Amino acid sequence: MSAPGGGRSGPAEWGGFEDNMQGGGSAVIDMENMDDTSGSSFEDMGEMHQRMKEEEEEEDGEFLGMKGLQGQLGRQVADQMWQVGKRQASKAFSLYANIDILRPYFDVEPVQVRTRLLESMVPVKMINFPQKIAGELYGPLMLVFTLVAILLHGMKTSDTIIREGTLMGTAIGTCFGYWLGVSSFIYFLAYLCNAQITMVQMLSLLGYGLFGHCITLLVTYNIHFHSLFYIFWLVVGGLSTLRMVAVLVSRTVGHTQRLILCGTLAALHMLFLLYLHFAYHKVVEGILDTLEGPNMPPFQRVARDIPVVSNAVLNTTAKANAMTL
Amino acid sequence: MRVSCWRSLPTCGLQSTLFQLRDLKAVGKKFVHVMYPKKSSALLRDWDLWGPLVLCVSLALMLQGGSADSKEDGGPQFAEVFVIIWFGAVVITLNSKLLGGTISFFQSLCVLGYCVLPLTVAMLVCRLVLLAGSGTVSFIIRLIVVIAMFAWSTLASTAFLADSQPPHRKALVVYPIFLFYFVISWMILTFTPQ
Repeated sequence: MSAPGGGRSGPAEWGGFEDNMQGGGSAVIDMENMDDTSGSSFEDMGEMHQRMKEEEEEEDGEFLGMKGLQGQLGRQVADQMWQVGKRQASKAFSLYANIDILRPYFDVEPVQVRTRLLESMVPVKMINFPQKIAGELYGPLMLVFTLVAILLHGMKTSDTIIREGTLMGTAIGTCFGYWLGVSSFIYFLAYLCNAQITMVQMLSLLGYGLFGHCITLLVTYNIHFHSLFYIFWLVVGGLSTLRMVAVLVSRTVGHTQRLILCGTLAALHMLFLLYLHFAYHKVVEGILDTLEGPNMPPFQRVARDIPVVSNAVLNTTAKANAMTL
Repeated sequence: MRVSCWRSLPTCGLQSTLFQLRDLKAVGKKFVHVMYPKKSSALLRDWDLWGPLVLCVSLALMLQGGSADSKEDGGPQFAEVFVIIWFGAVVITLNSKLLGGTISFFQSLCVLGYCVLPLTVAMLVCRLVLLAGSGTVSFIIRLIVVIAMFAWSTLASTAFLADSQPPHRKALVVYPIFLFYFVISWMILTFTPQ
């Protein structure tokens, strides 16, 4: 492809034209005189030549003349249009994509994140005065994404190789839906029960409460014992729920209100962990059912009996099991 | 003879508007920078999104054959991979900007997109290995290749991005990048052609 490099690569290939160009503005006239059968190619040539010359002008800065003035005007107009367009685009961008309102919520150090993660498993003892909740969104957001990744990993170990895309959408939807939905609901209840908590604080509290879920699922998706899961559910899930409940109790006045708020949060949080462990597999198996027919017995537990399916699935299951053991 | 050369080249009227040879060279240079990550600013200074687009499309196309029965499963899968890669890159970019990074939006997208190259190579290798068979040995080979390429991607993007962050917050920026490439690696590892 010699044409693109024509103007820049210098006289290597266009030695013939070079001689003509040295006449300055008369080069085009010279081309007119060249023998050529079709008129359109002459126009092309003239256009290309003009473009080449403009490029040369840009590079050398020495060539002046009639063509130079036209080129400069054109360039100025193009420049102005570019500036105006750029200004408008950056105005629109700064208006709609102003992420600076979120900046204070991401102002955090790694040490602080680690401390808060560990503290989310430790229930506070003092519930007589309001406990401090850090209104930070980095930790909760990363925990939600980690939960999504763990769910996907769990699907891999339970051999769901079909329809990865849908399952990924389900995982992201479940985790974000829980975080945002339950936070909003508890915030609404807190508003009804006169608890002193803001939306960001609620998001942060619930987000850090997902740390227990992440640990539990990470362990129990790899070690398939249901008694182990129940122990983790009670201990780890329970600790993180207790922490959230204690913080909310410290910020609420009145026994009934405390009961409503904390009971709802505890129930939702613990049930979500149960749901992720059991029903999520069922959702996955439901998708498999619709694809493979009613061969699969429902709700297979730890050591799955492989039903009569295609060899490919059998082989994949066998090798994945070999890897997890 | 030279005159007729002009006419025979179909692109001679379009050379300044489309993808030029020098763009291709720039993209190629960035690929080399990704495969041998040094602390150079070439990837950041002249960002472009051609490379990430090509990588993303090729990865999504290669991941497409992994669904079960009907043809319609191929469609959403391409879109899902595409959306996940670009959405993930946008989220990481926003996160690094919110943490006080000095890098611009498109520069970060450019780096994250280009660092998908090792994983695309891993996908290619996995497909070739799967052609040979799908037993335990092939799984182990694929696992090793994917893990190695995942580590390479993460290290490469960290080498480019971490410098633009305040020094004590590097870990906060690296973690989502790790998760992002983990999810892509998961998609590659669990791919099985049907």
